[in-house]
Amino acid sequence: MATQTVKGKERYKSGVIPYKQMGYWDPDYAPKDTDIITLFRITPQPGVDPDEAAAAVAGESSTATWTVVWTDRLTACDLYRAKAFRVDPVPNTGAGTKTEPQYFAYIAYDIDLFEPGSIANLTASIIGNVFGFKAVKALRLEDMRIPVAYLKTFQGPATGIVVERERLDKFGRPLLGATTKPKLGLSGRNYGRVVYEALKGGLDFVKDDENINSQPFMHWRDRFLYCIDAVNRASAATGEVKGHYLNVTAGTMEDMYERADFAKALGSVIVMIDLVIGYTAIQSMAKWARKNDMILHLHRAGNSTYSRQKNHGMNFRVICKWMRMAGVDHIHAGTVVGKLEGDPLMIKGFYDTLRESRTPQSLENGLFFDQDWASLNKVMPVASGGIHAGQMHQLIHYLGEDVILQFGGGTIGHPMGIQAGATANRVALEAMILARNEGRDYFKEGPQILEAAAKTCTPLKAALETWKDISFNYESTDTADFVPTATPSA
Amino acid sequence: MMTNPGNRLTQGQFSFLPDLTDTQITAQIKYALSRGMAISVEYTDDPHPRNTYWEMFGMPMFDLRDPAGILMEINNCRKSFPNHYIRVMAFDSTQGWETPRMSFIVNRPKKEPGFGLVRQEVEGRRIQYTIHSYATDKPESDRY
Repeated sequence: MATQTVKGKERYKSGVIPYKQMGYWDPDYAPKDTDIITLFRITPQPGVDPDEAAAAVAGESSTATWTVVWTDRLTACDLYRAKAFRVDPVPNTGAGTKTEPQYFAYIAYDIDLFEPGSIANLTASIIGNVFGFKAVKALRLEDMRIPVAYLKTFQGPATGIVVERERLDKFGRPLLGATTKPKLGLSGRNYGRVVYEALKGGLDFVKDDENINSQPFMHWRDRFLYCIDAVNRASAATGEVKGHYLNVTAGTMEDMYERADFAKALGSVIVMIDLVIGYTAIQSMAKWARKNDMILHLHRAGNSTYSRQKNHGMNFRVICKWMRMAGVDHIHAGTVVGKLEGDPLMIKGFYDTLRESRTPQSLENGLFFDQDWASLNKVMPVASGGIHAGQMHQLIHYLGEDVILQFGGGTIGHPMGIQAGATANRVALEAMILARNEGRDYFKEGPQILEAAAKTCTPLKAALETWKDISFNYESTDTADFVPTATPSA
Repeated sequence: MMTNPGNRLTQGQFSFLPDLTDTQITAQIKYALSRGMAISVEYTDDPHPRNTYWEMFGMPMFDLRDPAGILMEINNCRKSFPNHYIRVMAFDSTQGWETPRMSFIVNRPKKEPGFGLVRQEVEGRRIQYTIHSYATDKPESDRY
């Protein structure tokens, strides 16, 4: 098969020519600083040449259709064509392995293909038609390099880690949260009880769950009123700023604005939305949050439908990038040790993407590109799902201090009650941060540090006893394709 | 008296632990200095959760890199204000942060009166809340 790009009159003759020859494959292309670069994992249909599959993905995610059109010639079509410029076989796939051959395809897009400040427009191209394209058996968006010029068209996080901490007056330690449980069925009055107990006991935040909106058992205004009473009571009882993520997710933007405005009128420091409301709604709420001095929490409801399987969908790190651009302040990004999917190396990649000013390429963490974040605020990652006080040393080791640790069951399920559960978590946290700062090998000595702290804290002692054997050791499905290899010394 | 666990104001990094000893405070100072931060000592008799600006016991010690010297400043502050809240803060001037990165309490009044919650009932079921610091019922510098 000819591989040269067809040029001139021949290129625009009616009919079908391979994408590769239409100009969507250019191994000599040197991406510009202003290009958006994507990395796709492609599983071509049997018999489809990987370069052609990559060119097809480039074509279908930019200007191409299945056949030649003469109207291309009315445009600066060479510029607007996305260009697949590099295709590498994925390590440990293909012949001799259990996995069919996969390829990493690097594709560059000119910045003028995209509307400034619109995640919806960006994604309509990048993950629009192309995922259903027949020539590829499976397709996964692994990573993107977003140029500084394009990042500067986005607001970014409404508040950011720095301002959030300044507003809350909480520095130098992870924040503590919990999700109210049971997540469905409590009346407003009973629900607020959980919030009050947890905050008074020592948590910074309590959280609505993703599917708490306005149901027959508790309409949203009742929840908001009782929760804010609980927040203020707890704040007075402790002298600390406290918060409850009021979930404003609703069926329409108008309803969401109404709920968010009510949360503001009540004096809430934070509101929350779900990922399922969609990219445009998220960006709208981020603008609202910036305008109204509100921290914006995002629950990643729905992401695992497309982010978990390795061969198809999109990697969560791309969601992290889009959400930092869209402007949320918090996003759930994995716990490493909890009940939900999470390989430590991959999660480091997510956390770095959310929190760093610049993330260098790091294949072992799944970061394929150098990424300068162009002074966009930092997003606070949230670790939630099956974590407890006994894992504090591991949590701080893997996740650092700029994170929200959410112990739902680990607070509310405490044998001595919710306040005691909260106190156990807070004491464990402070003891571990103290030890870390003292230079102790807290990761190794974690259990001893917790035992020592439990001597003066009965709730912590009870928590360690209750959950001592609980761990979730399952193999992750989303893992690195590259492992760091030790260089043999001479 | 405050009724929360510990019966004390829980602002800062270590309020749920037993009061830090001078050795423990020194270790935290060393940690801050090793990360290039500047330490500041601040005190107040109004610990309202939204009282951001406690009084500075001198400027942040940008040029003092000796933990013993900093501990001396902390102890001078304690001597001058034995019955105030005193906190140690560490400022990070790195681009992208430029904010306090540590804050912990090293001195408290013997009795912590805490806060009341004032509820003003407004329209509908709404309530407007004010957190009232009992200490501020007395004039400044006459509170503890």
